[in-house]
Order: sequence, then structure tokens, then C-alpha cells
Amino acid sequence: MSIELIISLVKANIVLAVLLTNTILLIWFERKVVAGMQSRVGPDRAGPFGILQTLADAIKLLLKEQILPSKADRAMYLLAPLIALVPSFLIFMIIPLGPDITVEWQNALYTIPLVGADLNVGVLYFLALSSIAVYSVVLAGWSSGSKYPLLGGVRASAQMISYEAAMGLALVPVILYSGSLSLVDIVNSQSGNLSSSIPILNTIVSFIPKWNIFPQFVAFGIFFIAAVAEVNRAPFDLVEAEQELVGGFHTEYSGFRFAMFFLAEYINMFNMCAITATFFLGGWLGPTFEGILPPIFSVIMPIIWLGVKTFLLLFVFVWIRATLPRLRYDQLMELGWKRMIPLSLVWLILSAIVLGLREFGLPWS
Amino acid sequence: MISYFQDYVTIGAVLGFGLFLVVLLLGVASVLRPNKPYAEKLQTYECGVDPVGTGWSQTYVRYYIFGLLFVIFDVEAVFIFPWAINLEKLGYFGLIEMFVFIFILLIGLIYAIRKDVLKWES
Repeated sequence: MSIELIISLVKANIVLAVLLTNTILLIWFERKVVAGMQSRVGPDRAGPFGILQTLADAIKLLLKEQILPSKADRAMYLLAPLIALVPSFLIFMIIPLGPDITVEWQNALYTIPLVGADLNVGVLYFLALSSIAVYSVVLAGWSSGSKYPLLGGVRASAQMISYEAAMGLALVPVILYSGSLSLVDIVNSQSGNLSSSIPILNTIVSFIPKWNIFPQFVAFGIFFIAAVAEVNRAPFDLVEAEQELVGGFHTEYSGFRFAMFFLAEYINMFNMCAITATFFLGGWLGPTFEGILPPIFSVIMPIIWLGVKTFLLLFVFVWIRATLPRLRYDQLMELGWKRMIPLSLVWLILSAIVLGLREFGLPWS
Repeated sequence: MISYFQDYVTIGAVLGFGLFLVVLLLGVASVLRPNKPYAEKLQTYECGVDPVGTGWSQTYVRYYIFGLLFVIFDVEAVFIFPWAINLEKLGYFGLIEMFVFIFILLIGLIYAIRKDVLKWES
């Protein structure tokens, strides 16, 4: 077996292990934060501070009876949770966790990039896989053979495709500035600090890192709102609006297949935050404190920085959920089509003009 | 060349392991869980009363229009991505070409808004 294949297999196992442990942590984190915001205690029985609550829930759902409704379309009903869960594993693959590391093994040096897969079409890969989530919701809703899931599924498809258009367009300015679709290149293009040709301005901005969020704050806003809508979180959770649609598309699901939808939702949420951090907040970039900390930290610090940024964004997700009421459906569609898409197009034109002036000079000179 | 395919091999490995893990867990669940179906339990849920009519029904055509509009904007994004990477080579020519393209699209969107296609209440 060649060394490349071993590296691939090890990476695949690490990715899955990290994602699943992380989801356990994330669900606990959300429940604790929401509980804190609502003056409750939250889960505190299983494990220290209730950190094993998610594991207990998963085991409980594993032991629950699974009901296959008599009116359901059998094959699609059983397949839909898989379509939800498996793509969510794959999105995490393209997120760079740190710079390349060099490993010495049997007197040979191997350079291993700390990323699951550095694809040169990374952004398209991300957009394509996040679209597959729509299929799982629509198929789950339709195949249940019930009224509430059907309504939830149709709503979900219309909502997700509306916000996906805005999401794709908000990414274009980032690609313009980095000149690549590879996420590794996008992170590398954000290293260093901002600079300006005006001396006084330069002294002020030279302390600010060259993250995309500073020049591209509008694109960041559009992308973040679209990301919340894309993973169907409050205030855009009309898909599973409890008061009107019972459970939305997963009303008829029970047992472990129900748990799979929830696992997929939380993994997608984590992926979205990590991707947002990569595109706009500099990904793994951050001070490594070389010389102060032991050398091993030059490998660990980038991962810690990415984790800190991701969990900050996740905190904002939870904060939004605890704060804002759900949107009405017509307001949701209006926000998507009449505000966010035109705004992202106009912002794209403005970014292109600024980049053109900087790169090519004035057109008449 | 090997490193180019290695990334896809890694993705394939995650796909394989992921499917294996999911199928394994479902298999474990099917051994452990109880299974006592009867007709009332398998009924579709409808707030506790007997379901009326079928679960599959006609849906609002408005959702379909949004689907059509999405196709337009997604195809447009397909054109914009390669342009965004190559802008430095294309220079002002590429910049102005894309402005014309986006301008026509914006007009199309404004037309749709003015025709009340995007209005939800009828």
C-alpha cells in the first residue's frame, strides 16, 4: 500500500472522528448557551456539566422503535436521511486547518497539507454539496406521504434555493480578491496586514489583518444571513416551524433516522461557520507565538485559531436563535429576492470596479 | 498527478467510511430496537385524528416560479465564477463585459419584481 493511500485513509478517519465528537460538543454548547440566555440551567446530569447529554440522547434514539408509515414511499423514505448526512461529512473535507506540516518517517520527509482535500474547484464543490441538502429535505417531505412533511419539504426547497443564489453571488467578490477557487489559496491570500498608499491611513490600517471581512463587510453580511437560511436555523426555520407544521419534513421520522437528520443539521451548521471563518475571517491564520510556546504549538495553534473563530460564529448562530422571532414566509422570500440578491449583485460590481482601478490603473491613463 | 488524484481519493474514502458508519449504526439499531408495528401506529400523523384524504396533494404554483428563477440565477453564477478568477488577465474588456451581463440580469430581476411575480400575497 502506498504512503499516499495511507495518508488519505488516515485523513478520512480523522475527519469523521473530529466531526462526530465535535457535533456532540456543539449540541451541548447550543443547549447550554440557549439555557443561559433564557435563565435556565440546561443539561447538567450526564457527565461533567452535562457534556455527555448528546451521547445519551443518541443512544436513546438508537434503541427506539422506528416506525415506517404505511402510506410512505418506502425506498425514498429510508434513503432520505442518508442523503442528508453523508454530504455533510464531505463539505468539511475542503476546509484548511493549517499550513503544510513536514513529517519525517523512515529517513524520508513527507509534506502533508493540513486539509482533507485541496481541490482547485473548492468553492464550487462547497456550493454543489450544500445544494444536495435540498434533495434530502424534499425527498423526506414528499416520501412521508403526509401533509405536514410535504408542506415543510416544499417550503424548504423554495427557501434554500432562494438563499443559495445570494450565497453564491456573495462569494464572488472573495474569489475576485484571491483569484482562486481553492480554499487553501483563499486563506493564504488573507495573510499579512492591510496597507494603504496614503501614509497617514497606512499607519492606522497596518495593524488590521488582511481578512476579507474588512474590505468585504457587505459580502460577509449577505453570506452569513444566507448561511443561516441555508441550514434552516431560526429565524429562517420555517421548514420545521413547530407551531404550524408540527415537525416539518421529519414529522414522520422516528428512531435513529430522526437522529440522522439532527446530526446532519448540526454538522452542516458547524461546516457553514468554519467555511465563513475560512472565507472572511482568515481561516486558520493567527499569531502562533513562536519562540514563547514549545515548537509543537506551531502545528496546533492554527487549528485552535480556526476553532475559536468557528465557535464565535456558532455562538452568533445560537444568539440569533435565542433572540429573533421567526420570519413570515412572504417576508422571507422578499428578503431573499428583493434585498439580498440585488444587493449582492451591486456589491459585486462595486468590488470589481475597485479591483479594476487598483490592478489596471485608470482606464484613460 | 498523483497528488491531484489523492485529494479525490481522500474524498472517496470519507464517502465510503461515512456510508459504512451510517449503515453500521442503522444495522446496530435494527438489532437493538423493538419492532411491533400495527395499523394504528403506522397511520400518518395528523394531530391525533384519523387522516383525511391523501398525503400527496397539489401545491402552490408560486414555489415553482421561484424554482425557475433560481435556475436563471444559478446559471448566471456559473458564468461569473470563471470570470472572477480570470479578471486580471481580461483587464477592462472583461470588466465592462461583465457589467453589461449583470446589468441585463438586474433589469430582468426588476422586471420580475414589477410584474409582481415575486409577490407572495395574491
